[in-house]
Amino acid sequence: MSQDQNNKSGSSITPSQPPSTPTKAAAPPAKKGTEVPAFENGLVSQIISRFGEDKIKVTYIRPLRMKVNVDPTGIVEVATFIRDNLGFDHAESVTGTDYPKDNQIEVIYQLGSYSKDDIAAHILSLATRTNRDDALLPSLTNVYKSAEYHERETFEMLGVYFEGHPRNERFLLPEDWADLPPLRKEFRIRGR
Amino acid sequence: MIKDLINPTNFNLMVSKISDILVKALDQPLGYAINWGRIWSLWPVHLETACCSVEFGAASGPRYDVERFGIIEAFGSLRQCDLIVVQGTVNRKMAPRLRMVYDQMPEPKYVIAMGACAITGGLYVDSYNVLPGVDGIIPVDVYVPGCPPRPETLIQGTILLQEKIKRSKIK
Amino acid sequence: MAKNLEHQIDESEKLGMQIVKESEDDRLMTLSVGPQHPGSGHFRFTIKVDGDYVVYCDPDPGYVHRGEEKMCEYRNFIQNIPHLERPVIHDSANITYSYSLAVEELVGIQVPRRGQFIRAIASELDRQIYTLYWLAIYGIFLGHSTMFMWPTGDRELFIDLMDALSGARVTHAFNIPGGVRNDMPLGFKDKCLRHISYFEKRLKEYEDIFYTNPLFIQRTEGVGILTKEDAIRLGVTGSVLRASGVPYDIRKAEPYDVYNEIDFKVQYMKSGDSLARAYVPLLDMKESCHIMRQLLDKMPESGEVRAKLQPTPKGPPGEAYRRVESGRGALGYYIVSDGSPKPYRVKISVGSFRNMIALPHLLVGSKLADMPSVYWSLNYWPVEADR
Repeated sequence: MSQDQNNKSGSSITPSQPPSTPTKAAAPPAKKGTEVPAFENGLVSQIISRFGEDKIKVTYIRPLRMKVNVDPTGIVEVATFIRDNLGFDHAESVTGTDYPKDNQIEVIYQLGSYSKDDIAAHILSLATRTNRDDALLPSLTNVYKSAEYHERETFEMLGVYFEGHPRNERFLLPEDWADLPPLRKEFRIRGR
Repeated sequence: MIKDLINPTNFNLMVSKISDILVKALDQPLGYAINWGRIWSLWPVHLETACCSVEFGAASGPRYDVERFGIIEAFGSLRQCDLIVVQGTVNRKMAPRLRMVYDQMPEPKYVIAMGACAITGGLYVDSYNVLPGVDGIIPVDVYVPGCPPRPETLIQGTILLQEKIKRSKIK
Repeated sequence: MAKNLEHQIDESEKLGMQIVKESEDDRLMTLSVGPQHPGSGHFRFTIKVDGDYVVYCDPDPGYVHRGEEKMCEYRNFIQNIPHLERPVIHDSANITYSYSLAVEELVGIQVPRRGQFIRAIASELDRQIYTLYWLAIYGIFLGHSTMFMWPTGDRELFIDLMDALSGARVTHAFNIPGGVRNDMPLGFKDKCLRHISYFEKRLKEYEDIFYTNPLFIQRTEGVGILTKEDAIRLGVTGSVLRASGVPYDIRKAEPYDVYNEIDFKVQYMKSGDSLARAYVPLLDMKESCHIMRQLLDKMPESGEVRAKLQPTPKGPPGEAYRRVESGRGALGYYIVSDGSPKPYRVKISVGSFRNMIALPHLLVGSKLADMPSVYWSLNYWPVEADR
């Protein structure tokens, strides 16, 4: 709601940090004129107080949207904590982005809540990074069952193997696909 | 004189002359009748390839009633259809299935390529998973352009197909 | 195709086209409800049946996968609109609405007020057009051809309105980042109100004729029950979620544009079976007529409809996630920008793909004859799920 009021008052939307470098501080550096929204900050600080500042890196905290970056080793515990204590009960979408400049692939889970009313509009993005050449991540299917087909699609589109996922197999692409995973940046569309 | 006609050598000539007259008299009307039957009962296969299927569905609705041209989607088997309307983009995954469906249809069979994506690949010509046009795998009779073609355009396409069938000769 | 078999495949067992004979088991029969089937659309799923009961179901999408997300990276923000509409051609105002909201957040564009109202009207019109087509195909699946003819005829009225507004029947490319392409023609408001009044009477007739039909009720009541806990755990969305007792609608939960000024109720039902999943879109359509009347009332009389932009708008590096309630559920866009006029990554999170996970869950244990009514009631549009 507050975001739409921002829209109506005519002020431009302040953009967030550049996506390729997550900050290490507990709170993001404030842009001039805005402050960190209190409710969202409270949600994120619950996660930080449970797991510690060195494991959780906050990328941004905006009205209704929060993004948190975790190491692959700790992501299952953080996701279980978010589901049980904060109330985010399903994953809306799971996807990956290829950053060849950092030699990493970032997989991001957008988590939403159907059961709690005060966070019904919020999306908590849980991101993790893995090496591009040997992309291996633990699967969150046991924590969030809704992420199952999305993780399978991320496997075939980006080549990220999810350990613990029941089927790391071809889903949307044809059965005889023998090329690179299409969403990698070195896969160029012909003619462009 | 009749005795002259009905003797062995002349008899062959007489039979062949009568059959020539019969064939000439019946061939054109019979061909016309067969073609007339084919034109007004083109049954399409229920294979929806991509998004143009929505406009094909709208063409079967009450406003652009395509059933009055005989195009009834036969929900029986594929072996009793004779028209295949390729509705939209053909994928690399769908292409072998499309070919299998085309091969299973009995002769004579006709193909309408509906939409820009079925003609040349359309908007998706540079995608990694899309065939640039369907006439690489099956022979197309009529191309109906549009993205998606309005139902009136589809009806004009079927009338063109009907004209083409009328012109064909029955062997 | 051979992924689940352990034994060595003998040359004699190959039946061409990579079809391999499975192990001999007389009880189970594998059916491939494939893309050429009057009951499946452009989607294939494999089911194993034991007599009449389904014991295993495996969806196999991808027959319309056209690589939308990859193609977005090669076109700039405005050039992306035409091909992003094609996943759902008859609900294209919603799928481009969400994209425009995300781009406006990234680039920092302010949409004028009249443009916001016209966008919302186009979104509601397209929602009606989509839901009526869904109802028509449901009629075909259940063998009820009147249920195909009436909605297909009635949606032509709304398509006429969309035609007058934008110039094309479907895939009109009406929404762009910054507003809408052009203003409403003269006399549109009266025509729209007339069509809405006619349609509200027709909705009563639909309810009387289709939904109280004893055959329809017998085929859909108690079939494919999705409980509330399962619906939340599986993360389904849209009318499937609302039919299982969760009153979640993004227009109410996270209002975008002018929806916080409109007064409407979220329609939901508690039973969670196929009948509820067929009923909720009808109630949504009634509510949508109500919303359209309010939008037409409250719209400012004149004003700009589009923000002025440079030909290739670009914004600072960042990312945005915005979502919209479409005919099938929450449609979200996750866009990452790196400062250039082309997006770095676009991810489309569609309602159909999220609802697909309910299909194996519901079909396993049910009878084969219930398959069409369960499958289509999940509001699954295959072209959108494959993108």
